[in-house]
Amino acid sequence: MASTNDPFQFQEFEEAGNLLEANRDAVTISIEDDVKPEKQRKAAGFAPDGEDEDPLAGDDKTELLSGQKKSVPFWTFEYYQKFFDIETHHVKERIIGSVVPWPGKNFIHIYLRRNPDLYGPFWICTTLVFAIAISGNISNFLVHLGKPNYKYTPEFRKVTIAATAIFSYAWFVPLALWGFLLWRNNKVMNLVSYSFMEIVCVYGYSLSIYIPAVVLWILPYEWLRWCSIVLALCLSGTVLVMTFWPAVRDDHPKVIVAIMSAIVVLNVLLAVGCKAYFFSKPEPALQLEHSAITAAIKATAST
Amino acid sequence: MAAAEEASRPFAGLSDVSISEDIPVEGDISVPLGSTRRDDEFSTLDEPVKETILRDLRAVGNKFVHVLYPKRSTALLRDWDLWGPLLLCVTLALLLQGGAADSDDQGGPQFAEVFVIVWFGSIIITLNSKLLGGTISFFQSLCVLGYCIMPLTAAMAVCRIVLVGGSGTVSFAVRLAVVTVSFGWSTFASTAFLADSQPPNRKALVVYPVFLFYFVIGWMILTFSPSQ
Repeated sequence: MASTNDPFQFQEFEEAGNLLEANRDAVTISIEDDVKPEKQRKAAGFAPDGEDEDPLAGDDKTELLSGQKKSVPFWTFEYYQKFFDIETHHVKERIIGSVVPWPGKNFIHIYLRRNPDLYGPFWICTTLVFAIAISGNISNFLVHLGKPNYKYTPEFRKVTIAATAIFSYAWFVPLALWGFLLWRNNKVMNLVSYSFMEIVCVYGYSLSIYIPAVVLWILPYEWLRWCSIVLALCLSGTVLVMTFWPAVRDDHPKVIVAIMSAIVVLNVLLAVGCKAYFFSKPEPALQLEHSAITAAIKATAST
Repeated sequence: MAAAEEASRPFAGLSDVSISEDIPVEGDISVPLGSTRRDDEFSTLDEPVKETILRDLRAVGNKFVHVLYPKRSTALLRDWDLWGPLLLCVTLALLLQGGAADSDDQGGPQFAEVFVIVWFGSIIITLNSKLLGGTISFFQSLCVLGYCIMPLTAAMAVCRIVLVGGSGTVSFAVRLAVVTVSFGWSTFASTAFLADSQPPNRKALVVYPVFLFYFVIGWMILTFSPSQ
């Protein structure tokens, strides 16, 4: 081939190859220089006992163990991906943990482990919205079943109202609580401080107990409804109080009482408000009276 | 020679590129005969409009068949389109009109509400599966979720026919059965297409929102009652 016989081209190739060889070495060295201090910093900072292992394996392990995430700006997709870094059994554990309060167990420390997720809160809230709207509608239907002048309507507006109520509870209460805790942290040094996502996560999961409760409310027995409300309130309220107790423990007693009662009262307000709005049981006697009055008015008007 | 080849190893691929003098440069320009013929086949510039529309409709219909018989094929994933979902969504929303008490605000969902629920619902589910680390693309997932509404749209048509006959207990039982079957079908079909894109320990997390989505649509269809 003509090209291979050309001595000039040979020369060029050799030179380029040599240059590349040299460059390659330089590049690898520089990479190692960059990486090493970071490795050492990580190993020293987060898992000191991992140092005596093979440095590379140790690096991987410490990165996994410490749960250190790369900090990415909030407008990127990866930023939100870290809130969905969760597996099925984690979600199950967290739901069970939020339903069953265990004395001395802190939900955030035991289940979240610095990895709060948004999957659970979002889908629990969505499920609760539709559960409330649908079972409210069914219970309304059951109450009126057999009444001659009752016309069934799907009451689709209830979905919108339920969504507004639930999502604002699950976002604004944690926001207020987070702000308050931050402010108190400046005044009094607390040992425990929670991030906003952790608080949102706790609140989201604490709503999960209401889903079975709401489904139970379909049955038109007032005592059953109140029993399930009290039970659900006790369970989720206990989990919330126990979770936020360490964060305010060192504070002024008045502040402790205020914040704990605020948490409990808001929880009670949500539950009782939903019960009163979506499952209002119209009094049959009152209804009769009302219809009698309208009939009387009509009769008087016609005469 | 050998040393030179050793040195030029990093450029092994490049050294073969040089054009040898043996091959005449003024070659036959129409060498890729096969490709020209394929171009002719796919040229849509000079074909009748009817053919173009029919071909697209055929592609949409082909995907409908895939939803009805959901074996693990990739037809819905390979070339996605949003025509089918749009068609199904509009049909569903139109069929849900004229429901009970359209005038007062305690009635069923309005056209816009159905539209918003279907599209935002599928967008949120898609984002959810992307955030959980799914390998499927955004529009592929939208396409699958949209096409899998088809059993529920069919159930809506059946429900309207049943409701013409009357709205007693028997008609409710029939509607419940139809909606339940089509709900199961929709969920099953969409999971057959979507589940493979997820790591196995997250499958349930992706399937649950899909289940909820079709459940809500099924609920809207079941509770539809026409005004008389």
